[in-house]
Amino acid sequence: VVTAAAADARVARVRAALATIPDPEIPAISVVDLGVIGTVDVDDDRVRVELLPTFVGCPAIGVMQQQISERIGALGVAPTVEVVVTLDPPWTSDRISDEGRERLRRSGFAPPAPMPPGPLLGQLDELAVLPIAECPYCGSRNTTMDNPFGPTLCRAIYHCGDCRQPFEQFKRV
Amino acid sequence: VTDRPPLTPTTRDALAELLLALADDEFIVGFWDSEWTGIAPMLEEDVATSSIAQDEIGHAKALYELLADLTDDDADRIAYARDADAFRHASLLNHGRRDWAFSSARRYLYETADAVRLATLAQSSHAPLAQLATKMRREETYHLLHARAWLRRLAEAPSAAPRLREALVELWPDAADVFAPLAAEDELIRARVLVEPMVALFAVWQRRIRSELEPLTGVLPASAPRADGRTRRTDDFRWLHGEFTSVVRADAGATW
Repeated sequence: VVTAAAADARVARVRAALATIPDPEIPAISVVDLGVIGTVDVDDDRVRVELLPTFVGCPAIGVMQQQISERIGALGVAPTVEVVVTLDPPWTSDRISDEGRERLRRSGFAPPAPMPPGPLLGQLDELAVLPIAECPYCGSRNTTMDNPFGPTLCRAIYHCGDCRQPFEQFKRV
Repeated sequence: VTDRPPLTPTTRDALAELLLALADDEFIVGFWDSEWTGIAPMLEEDVATSSIAQDEIGHAKALYELLADLTDDDADRIAYARDADAFRHASLLNHGRRDWAFSSARRYLYETADAVRLATLAQSSHAPLAQLATKMRREETYHLLHARAWLRRLAEAPSAAPRLREALVELWPDAADVFAPLAAEDELIRARVLVEPMVALFAVWQRRIRSELEPLTGVLPASAPRADGRTRRTDDFRWLHGEFTSVVRADAGATW
């Protein structure tokens, strides 16, 4: 039987370890700052970590599951580690932490703008879906979207009109 | 998730039919899109079409996995080890990619229909399906914008507009089949897996897109989802099926 305090301490250890695992596609940001970690449970038999995919078809999910299993398994807080992929709740770009946004910026990615209030889905308002990005290099908002699709499912391509640098934005989704 | 009441066998079979139709649509449209990888009209479009294809095949994978959980099957087997005749995609997806205007016309028709369908599925009583549809809608919003952008762009180009118009008129009857009735649809409605019948979704979709298309195409004829709208096959599809199963057939049972 695990006391509540002991269980909390184990969850905290697991969360601290998760914060050291980089996103496989954008290693500047950890899986915790990316917001893809859901509920973490620990009991005597197992650690259970929920993983929320950024995109349904994200090919990095398998790699993330494996990295989490290995890193958390090595902590030895419980005999088994279960990494469960779930869409409940759905990941949205609002789950990226402030620290994560800053780290994205420092590595040349514009962080996604916050989701606007009210219903977005099903709307055909392009401005609502395709937000302006701030250039991560010079801070200018004089930027244009070159392509809402980029080198991975979660990235869009922009160009800065002031410093003339192309850059990517983590998509608002 | 584990405290959900078990589905009755009748509901489960009906749900399996729905999931297969949805998954096959996403899988086949994704493979047709991937045919453009490397040869799209411009580099940015190469990236976009390939990214959309990856999204669609990812959606298909998630839907095949829901189906496999339900029927104690394997998602890869369902995707790659079926005969061409066992696929249940809508006839809209039976055509090859042809030229860019044709592919763009198909994509517009498919994305607009898919948006109507996903909005309903997000309200499904089957929680895993509702959750997946909710997530997919966020991604499909980008596809829809992309499809509408190409429709407008081609409609304004003198050399492309006639080809776009011809493609839309040709595909118009087949597009209705995205809403082809399902054999077990009454059961899906009864169990609230589907909150509206396909024919009602079809009407919503037509109302929404006629006003956008008809300035371009002229008045489009009446059309209706057909009973065999998901069992028709073409040589184009048989060719694609041969392509996407070729690796699996080359070394059956291989793992990598």
